[in-house]
Amino acid sequence: MEAVHGHDHAHDHHGPTGIMKYLTTTNHKDIGSMYLWFSFSMFLLGGAMALVIRAELFQPGLQIVNPEFFNAMTTYHGLIMVFGAIMPAFVGFANWLIPMQIGAPDMAFPRMNNWSFWLLPPAALLLILAQFTPGGPAGVGWTLYPPLTIQQGMSMDLTIFAVHILGMSSIMGSINIITTVLNMRAPGMTLMKMPLFCWTWLITAYLLIAVMPVLAGAVTMLLTDRHFDTHFFNPAGGGDPVLFQHIFWFFGHPEVYIIAIPAFGVISQVIPAFARKPLFGYSSMVYATASIAILSFLVWAHHMYTVGMPVQAQLYFMFATMLIAVPTGVKVFNWVATMWKGSMTFETPMLFAIGFLFLFTIGGFTGLVLAITPVDVQLHDTYYVVAHFHYVMVAGALFSAFAGIYFWLPKWIGKMYDEGLGKLHFWLSFIFFNLAFFVQHFLGLAGMPRRIPDYSLQFTDFNMVSTIGAFGFGLSQLLFLYIILKAIRSGEKAPQRPWEGADSIEWTMLPTPAPYHSFEKPPVIR
Amino acid sequence: MSTASGNALLLRKLVVIAVAMFGFGFALVPIYKKICETAGIYDLQKADRLVNTQVDTSRTLTIQFDANTRDLPWTFRPLQKSVQAHPGEMVHIVYEVTNTAAVDKLGQAIPSYGPQIAGQYVKKVECFCFARQELRGNETRQMPLQFVVDPQLPRDVSVITLSYTFFELPGGKTRGES
Repeated sequence: MEAVHGHDHAHDHHGPTGIMKYLTTTNHKDIGSMYLWFSFSMFLLGGAMALVIRAELFQPGLQIVNPEFFNAMTTYHGLIMVFGAIMPAFVGFANWLIPMQIGAPDMAFPRMNNWSFWLLPPAALLLILAQFTPGGPAGVGWTLYPPLTIQQGMSMDLTIFAVHILGMSSIMGSINIITTVLNMRAPGMTLMKMPLFCWTWLITAYLLIAVMPVLAGAVTMLLTDRHFDTHFFNPAGGGDPVLFQHIFWFFGHPEVYIIAIPAFGVISQVIPAFARKPLFGYSSMVYATASIAILSFLVWAHHMYTVGMPVQAQLYFMFATMLIAVPTGVKVFNWVATMWKGSMTFETPMLFAIGFLFLFTIGGFTGLVLAITPVDVQLHDTYYVVAHFHYVMVAGALFSAFAGIYFWLPKWIGKMYDEGLGKLHFWLSFIFFNLAFFVQHFLGLAGMPRRIPDYSLQFTDFNMVSTIGAFGFGLSQLLFLYIILKAIRSGEKAPQRPWEGADSIEWTMLPTPAPYHSFEKPPVIR
Repeated sequence: MSTASGNALLLRKLVVIAVAMFGFGFALVPIYKKICETAGIYDLQKADRLVNTQVDTSRTLTIQFDANTRDLPWTFRPLQKSVQAHPGEMVHIVYEVTNTAAVDKLGQAIPSYGPQIAGQYVKKVECFCFARQELRGNETRQMPLQFVVDPQLPRDVSVITLSYTFFELPGGKTRGES
């Protein structure tokens, strides 16, 4: 099946070398790798901030950091993990995989692709710089609610500009992805034949184009409120802080699915490969993903049940939110049905995929609990919410990113990772993740508020457990770095098809490792 | 059509969507205002219409008045600290505000209620908070407040605190005056 095997290595030696090669590259694989390395370094930075939070919460009272710095840590941990780690990771996957999965030579706009990556490091730099400005880093929470945002020092402006730049990068990346998927498919690769990962990214890219500009508008209004005497959110001038919450969550809720939907795509490719069965209900998966995306625009105010909405509005948002469980349930049942009576093996990617399925479902259920208005009024801003969204963000998005990296690494670098260490990484991550976050459900139910550096004595035991889990989880990720470096340096040569059940065209029609330019001649898809 | 020109066309369409959504973010401001007006939420700067003003003499409420300023060199106080009134009865109060600085200042009073639920039952007919107040240097002004407490007020509320805070409006560039 090595039909398309061009003069692959000839291109490697053209053009600039060293740092200039990466600054000027327009190759989707180089850019994909840069996205992944960037996101991993941001993951370590955001993780270090999380460990500062957990270290302070190991005991009641104030031991390590002052409350202002604690608030800044919760703020930048959230911003960096969402915009710096998880989103770029999946854009990295999109860059690597979409051209290979649809039979295209590269992305539609390679130069814009380069630009959308190189906007990220300056944005990250602004976020880091914001830690060292006069007045200290902004401690407003990643949701940037006014009026507090309007009263912060200079670091707030740096943060707002960083959000602008990150948003621009996402929008350009999304335009690239949509154009690639819609215009660059090989002959015969109809939309309904695409691997599900491409479908999920097509839908995600539309979500990004629809909501990232709204966030850009919201933070622009914050900026003009801060410096140019507008009063969008200042009640004294006729504005309303609650308006910001509405605009923010109009972006923020689709953002949740921007993170989750590409993860669904990865899982939808990994599970069939290791169950050795085609994905159960392919078209229902496509429709379920699209309906999740549409519904995500209609439920934003469930993040703000406590602002004093009329009860009719609360009822609407409650039922609309619960409706999302239906297409999500379709997806979960399809994954389970794919495994049903399959010839399953449990290599590392599959372990992470099953870990995802199990933990993401728990996160989904706690989400349903929080959707119920009277319950949410009790649990709003408690650790129950923190536990809920870490179950869907970490065990959902991050685990699926791990699954995807272990799954496609042989295709990317042509070498295998150490299977034993990979499994160890999974089990350490799985156990420590639950140690860190499962107990937070109990803390939240007992009333411990989030974003507070101190707590009353009865919460001590669970907080200690959670801190131990968090440090274990963080340190386990250094093992992941070691596994990747070891595979790149001295991994065994990967066979052409390391996973016998993987059947999308990047496995069946391209050599391993993938050549620098994927499909110079479009493949023929039957 | 070649792939390249097809790509460029799609690029333009998608950029238009992105720009339109940026505009939509700003369009949410008037939309939100309109929805709140229609739903009767957020009418801080509008007089309430009284429908039924039957006085419920079976109970008496204590209404306390509180006055604060923020970032303004003003002294601001009610002439009476509190009144006793029946639900449905018209209450008339005067506040006095003095600009202690020599320069002109612009301020806006924002109400707040304790308990919070009382807010929707205090029906204001006339209030200095409906408009922004501009005080010349060292000017003193007496300002009226006239309201009725709706007899629908839950029976367990017997004391209402009505608190006003004057915020400074930076020179003239204000939105949302009614």
